[in-house]
Amino acid sequence: MTTLPEPVEQLLEAALVGELTVIDANGRPVTYPLIPLYDGERIYLTSSTLFSRKLEHIKANPRVSLSITDPIAVGGRTDRATIQGDARVIEEDPHGGWERLLPIWQKKEPSIVYFLTQRVALPLFFERSLIEITPRRAYYWADGNAATAPVTTAAGRQAA
Amino acid sequence: MAATTQTPRTPALDAPQALAKLATYPFQILTFVDRDGYPFSVAVEATIDPTAGTAMFPAPAGFSIPDGTEVSLTGSHIRPQPGYGYDERRHVTVWGRAASSADGSRLVVAAARAWGWDEAEVPFFEYSERSIGQSKRYFDALSLERGTPVKPRLSLGALVLRTTRLPFLSATIVPVVLGIAIAARQGSFDLLTAVLTVIGASFVQLGLNVANDVFDTAQGADDANVTPTKFSGGSRVIQYGLVSFRQMASLATLFYVGAGLIGLLLLALRGSPALLAIGVIGFVVSIGYTAPPLKFVYRGLGEIAVAIGFGPLMLLGAYVVQTRGTLTWEPVVASLPIALLVALILYVNEIPDRRGDARVGKRTLPVRLSKATVIAGYRLAAVAAYAILVAGVAVGLLPIPALLMLLTIPLARQVSSGLEPNYDNPYGLMSVMGINVKVHLYAGVLLLAGYLLVLIAATLAPSVSLFLGR
Repeated sequence: MTTLPEPVEQLLEAALVGELTVIDANGRPVTYPLIPLYDGERIYLTSSTLFSRKLEHIKANPRVSLSITDPIAVGGRTDRATIQGDARVIEEDPHGGWERLLPIWQKKEPSIVYFLTQRVALPLFFERSLIEITPRRAYYWADGNAATAPVTTAAGRQAA
Repeated sequence: MAATTQTPRTPALDAPQALAKLATYPFQILTFVDRDGYPFSVAVEATIDPTAGTAMFPAPAGFSIPDGTEVSLTGSHIRPQPGYGYDERRHVTVWGRAASSADGSRLVVAAARAWGWDEAEVPFFEYSERSIGQSKRYFDALSLERGTPVKPRLSLGALVLRTTRLPFLSATIVPVVLGIAIAARQGSFDLLTAVLTVIGASFVQLGLNVANDVFDTAQGADDANVTPTKFSGGSRVIQYGLVSFRQMASLATLFYVGAGLIGLLLLALRGSPALLAIGVIGFVVSIGYTAPPLKFVYRGLGEIAVAIGFGPLMLLGAYVVQTRGTLTWEPVVASLPIALLVALILYVNEIPDRRGDARVGKRTLPVRLSKATVIAGYRLAAVAAYAILVAGVAVGLLPIPALLMLLTIPLARQVSSGLEPNYDNPYGLMSVMGINVKVHLYAGVLLLAGYLLVLIAATLAPSVSLFLGR
């Protein structure tokens, strides 16, 4: 189990979209809106090979962050969080390996199951790799206000 | 094979434009790389001045951002759709150096670069098409890393469906079965050669479909097209890396060889000079559709080639197999409405392709003609199709039940009225193209039903004629 604070976990579970930031070859942050999928330990995101530049950045520099900021995407909650962590790209089987996350994905985007049946129409969209983030540190703004310093939690694996 | 045309994935966005977009978001996500080398993000509410090229916001509490730090500001939006997912996706990011305001309480970012996507401006399907180069780079790099080719995949069934564009086989089945039905009404019918004709003609179309992708890829047309739909722009299996150019060329050859062998068998079984002539002309029209040196479709002759190929040639070819070469006016007249309606499928499907086609010199009619002329052309050809049918019945060449085909007029009207509002919207045009395919299919099926009624009537009441004037 990770030691992510409970409200941060709740945000991850509720969020329809979060902002993944990776670092490009020039050391600049690049932000991508993606659906965060949380299994209670690690955060997963999936990336189509069509939009796979972020994967190149992660392979070169695994340090990433994921922020949950949009109240509209979390059912009206006004609290916010940013999680920093180390990412790895899982790409053993871009064709079907990502489908193990389909049950969590479907909870947030039910239509994805239908779209998958139409794979023939958009084959490359469903060639996907997984981004697995192991959280290292979490910042939490209970009031969502940047004028208030966030609560910072070091996140790591607890002793079994 | 032409090199992949590089197309920008999203429209160019300069800093003032991006700032103007960023100002429409209720908050912005400030991001920078912290001292530990991790990205860090925090939501801020910035005052944005696109004219000055700056965004200013209170420094977030608890963090020190030294002057000169490269930061980004991102706006991101979706609209949740419960039970479905979300829509209205858009995001924009500007990058620039941060500097403290004079009193140190605020940060100012001078925007230098920007990037974003708004699905209202670039539809998701187009964005995806514009990104296939990135997918290719990904698979190339993965293949290099593993030392073995890694390619995108589809199930065999889906791949066959996509590669051959199998659902469009109705363009062949309709005229061929109609030709056989007309011959049967006239007393000529042979089951074996009828089945062989359907298979052989289908091979010709499948060969044409695949060869079309081969030659369009070789000439750059499919690579230049970033707004394909399920009705237009080819199968794209080469562009997606699902099937290689060489495999597609082999597949087209295989279909044509199969068609050729069946053609020779039919010549041996039911040979006639008429069948030989139709077979040779059909082969030339099919290959010459996109292949050099003829390249009919590149010269604005695609509609005529399709009309001849999938109208008189298919119908008369099937007819003369059954009649052993005897020709009459009835199948000729019956083939004309079908020819016009099948040509109109291509004609409408070329509308969304016209920009990509124009870039590679594929001078189709929608490339050559104005919007008003193209729409007027559709109406004229559709009216002509129905007028020929009515005239054919009126002069006693076609049976009265053939008028069933007139039931498709409301569908043709839907296409006619749908062209104007969707002319510049490839994805809006998709439903219009779908209806247009149905016009041809249903017209053929109804014409066939008319002939079936004639055959039934001839059996039940031989003395009753369903032809005017007979």
